[in-house]
Amino acid sequence: MNSIRRNPSLAAGGTLVTLLAAIAIFGPLIVRANPDAIDLRHALAGAGAHHWLGCDSLGRDMLARIVWGARLSLGVSTAVAAISLAIGTLIGGAAALAGGRVDNLVMRAIDVVLAFPGFLLAIALAAILGPGLADLIVALTAMGWTGYARLVRGEVLSLREREYVEAARALGARPSRLLIRHLLPGIAGPVAVQATFGVGGIIIAEAALSFLGLGARPPAPTWGNMLEAGQAFILVAPHLTTAPGVAIGLSVLGFNLLGDGLAQLIERRR
Amino acid sequence: MIRYLARRLLALVPVALGVVTLTFALIHLVPGDPVSAMLGDYAAPADVAQMRHVLGLDRPMGQQYVGFLYGLAHGDLGQSISQHEPVARLIRERFPATLELTAAGLLAALLIAFPLGLIAGANPGGAGDLGAMGFAILGISVPHLYLGPLLMIVFSLDLGWLPLTGRGGLAHLVLPAITLGTALAAIVARMLRQSLVQVIGADYMRTARSKGLSRRAALIRHGLRNALTPVITLIGLEAGALLTGSIITEMIFSWPGLGRLLITAINNRDYPLVEGCVLTFALSYVIVNLVTDFLYRAADPRIRLE
Repeated sequence: MNSIRRNPSLAAGGTLVTLLAAIAIFGPLIVRANPDAIDLRHALAGAGAHHWLGCDSLGRDMLARIVWGARLSLGVSTAVAAISLAIGTLIGGAAALAGGRVDNLVMRAIDVVLAFPGFLLAIALAAILGPGLADLIVALTAMGWTGYARLVRGEVLSLREREYVEAARALGARPSRLLIRHLLPGIAGPVAVQATFGVGGIIIAEAALSFLGLGARPPAPTWGNMLEAGQAFILVAPHLTTAPGVAIGLSVLGFNLLGDGLAQLIERRR
Repeated sequence: MIRYLARRLLALVPVALGVVTLTFALIHLVPGDPVSAMLGDYAAPADVAQMRHVLGLDRPMGQQYVGFLYGLAHGDLGQSISQHEPVARLIRERFPATLELTAAGLLAALLIAFPLGLIAGANPGGAGDLGAMGFAILGISVPHLYLGPLLMIVFSLDLGWLPLTGRGGLAHLVLPAITLGTALAAIVARMLRQSLVQVIGADYMRTARSKGLSRRAALIRHGLRNALTPVITLIGLEAGALLTGSIITEMIFSWPGLGRLLITAINNRDYPLVEGCVLTFALSYVIVNLVTDFLYRAADPRIRLE
C-alpha cells in the first residue's frame, strides 16, 4: 500500500499493462466469437447482449476483433521493441567497446538514419516491402533501433571507466564477456525505461501505418485497421472508431505510466 | 555567431547527402520491384522491360545514383507516372499547405501547453496541477488517429462550429492544428511544470519574493524565463516530428498537402513521386532541426556557440 502511494505511476501502469497482456493472451480463449465471421444481418449493430461492443460494417463481432487485435497490436509492438533493443544494444555496445574509427563510423551512420524522420522511414519501407506482418515489423524496427544504439553506447562509454569493469578487464575478460556479464546489467535500468516508453510509441506508429493501409493486410483485426475501417461509418456507427481508439489509448497510457514509474524507481535507487 | 552558422551549414552537407542517399537506397535497393508492383504480377515481359527503360531502372545502379544526384542539383525530380507532371511542380504546389498545417500545429501546441504548464507548475500538488497533468497524460495517450475523428464529430457535425475537411480560411485550420498539436502540447506542458517546480525553489526566486513581488509576478517575470530553456530544447527536438505527424492529420482531414500526395503516390505505385515526397520531408526535417538548434542556442546565452 505504501509503495503504491509512493509510486502511483508504477502501480497504475503495471496494472494496466498486466491487464492488457492478460487480454491478449487469454482473451481469445474466453471470447469465443470468430473475429472474421461475417454476418450482414448484424452490420453496424450497436452494443447488446450477444455482441457486447456491437458489430462492424460486415457484422463481425467488435469484442472478438478488439481482443484478437490486442494479440496482434501488442504482439507486434513488443516484438518490435525487443528486436530494436537487441539490435541497438549489439551495435551500440560493440561500437563503444571497439572505440576509435569503428565507433566513429557507426555513430556517423546512425546520425544519418536519425536525420531521417523515423515515421517517414517506416512509411517508405512499409510501402516498398508491401503489406504484411513481417514487413510491418521490419519497417517499425528500422524506425526504432537507432535510439537504443545511442543510449547503450553512451551508457557503456561511461560505465567502461568504472573500477569493477577495469578490474574485470585487468583479469583478462574478453570484450564479449565484459559486455554481457559486467556492462549490460549496469545499463539495464535506463534501457528498460526507454523500451517501455518505446512500446507506447510503436503501438501508435503501428496503428498509423495500418490506418494508411501500410500495415497488416485486412481483414487482420489490428486496431489501426479497425480505426481505418470505422472512419467511413463515423456518423452512423461511432462505436466502430471508439472501441479501437480507446484500446490504443489505454495501451499507450499503460506503457507510458509504467515507463514513468520505472524511471522514478531507478532514480530513487541511485 | 556567423562562424558558428557557417560551420553548421557546412556540416549540413554530409548529413543532407546521407539523407539523399538513404532515400535513393530505399527506393532502389530494398527488395521488391517497383515495376512489377506498378504493373501487377501478370504484366507482359515486354511492358515490364519498357517501363524499366522509361524509369531508367535498366541502367547500372551507380549511373542511376549519379543521374539522381544530377537531377536533384538541377531541381529535377523526374516525372510523376500517375499524374504525368514533373514531380518538382507537384511538390511545390502541395508543400505550402503542409508548412501551414505544421506551423499551426506548433502554435496550437504552445497555446495549449503554456497555460496548462503554468497552472500545474505554480501550485504543484494542487487541484490545478492534478487536472492539468491528467489532461497531459490523456493528450499523450490519445492517438491523433482517434482524436481527429472525435473532434470532427463534436465540433463539425454536432455543434456545426467548424468545417469538416479541406483547406480554406482560418476556420479550416483549427481542428487539424489541434489534432496535430495535442501530443506535443502534452509533452511540453509536463516539461514546463517540472522545470517550473525546480525553479521555484531557487535562491533568486526567494530574493524576488522578499523584494515584495507577488508570487505570480515573481513566477512570470523571473521563474518562467529560467524555466524555459529545457522547454525550448524539447520543442526543438519534437518540432521535426510534427512534420511527419502531419501525414496522418492530412489524411484524416483531407488536407491537400505533401503527406496526402505521398500516400496517394504510394497507393498508385508512383515511385518517382514517392521518392520526391520522401526526400522533401526528410530534407525539411533536417532543416527544421538545424533552425531549432540555432534558436535554442540564441535563446540561452549560457550555451557557448562552439
